[in-house]
Amino acid sequence: MEKIIKVGMADLNIAAYPDKLTTLALGSCVGVNFYDRVKKNIGMAHIMLPTCSSTMKKTNIAKYADTAIIKLFNSMIEMGSLKRNIVAKIAGGAQMFAFSSNNELMNIGKRNIIAVKQNLKQLKIPIVADDTGGNYARTIVLFSENGDLQIKTIGHGIKII
Amino acid sequence: MNKDFNKFNSMHMDILKELGNIGAGNAITALSKMLNRKIDMKVPKAKIVEIKEVNEILGDPEKQVVGILLKMSGDINGDILFILEYKSAHLLINMLMGNSCELENEFTDIEMSALKEVGNILISSYLTALSKLTNLNILPSIPDIAIDMAGAVISYPAIQFGKMGDSVLYIETEFSEGAEKVIGDFLLIPDIKSFDLLLKTLGVQTYGENN
Repeated sequence: MEKIIKVGMADLNIAAYPDKLTTLALGSCVGVNFYDRVKKNIGMAHIMLPTCSSTMKKTNIAKYADTAIIKLFNSMIEMGSLKRNIVAKIAGGAQMFAFSSNNELMNIGKRNIIAVKQNLKQLKIPIVADDTGGNYARTIVLFSENGDLQIKTIGHGIKII
Repeated sequence: MNKDFNKFNSMHMDILKELGNIGAGNAITALSKMLNRKIDMKVPKAKIVEIKEVNEILGDPEKQVVGILLKMSGDINGDILFILEYKSAHLLINMLMGNSCELENEFTDIEMSALKEVGNILISSYLTALSKLTNLNILPSIPDIAIDMAGAVISYPAIQFGKMGDSVLYIETEFSEGAEKVIGDFLLIPDIKSFDLLLKTLGVQTYGENN
């Protein structure tokens, strides 16, 4: 029986075929999704903040783009995935309240997207699909069967990337 | 700022609940006058939740809600959110504007603006009550509105907390009008320093203070 495994806020998880991973109501957080095209392993991280260095507490590494992406990548490798088979899909990074737009520093969504892209680039993992920005929430489901990422929204439809 | 909420004991939490009671009580009186209807308020909750579970504070994270947010500055820093369920927001607007709009419809610009203003008035009365009680200077920002999934709306103030720790402390007050037709919530989410200050002003010491 296939399971749907839930990833909470500032949390990450991995799964193998035929399971699915999901995270609900991404706002300015970014969902980073890894898919191993050969072994069909999947990984998902619900990232809240860009970097760990700007903060004092480092207890939860799944919270930050820099630490979470490396942790997720290592977990995929431990599962037996090869780096060359891993591709990434990202979603989220919206701006839920407009007044953050006046201040770049306040626009956490945008900063999260930039940080996620930078970290993936450093790891040399290609981003094959991207649905980020905007001002609406997203619920995402990652299918291990084919690496599809389903994105559900309110008022902006459902799509698969 | 390596602080967490473990230092708060049940007495601290009771005092925070009382703050919610006084603030929301004032706001709900304002709403009741505005609508000329009786509104019931539930006993406030003061809760500490892990960041991981924050998007479930209001139940189903995918439930569509209307959130009106104001940022607090001055002596107290943080966010205050007024949340209405989607249908409740329509009912409220219908009562206020004498409309009979379908509850599933999208909000028009005028309705959005009215909701924002209602949120503004209610939150301001909440903060006025807090300010009077504590003698602290609390400055609200202009209101902003988001109509989307509850989990994403609530995550906005939570992220500010995420920078400091792995848990969020919030004070929640739920209210309802008539036969539970209009259901809403106030969430007061000050930062940890402000909590210390709030408690201190009311004559309660918190342990492990750094300042």
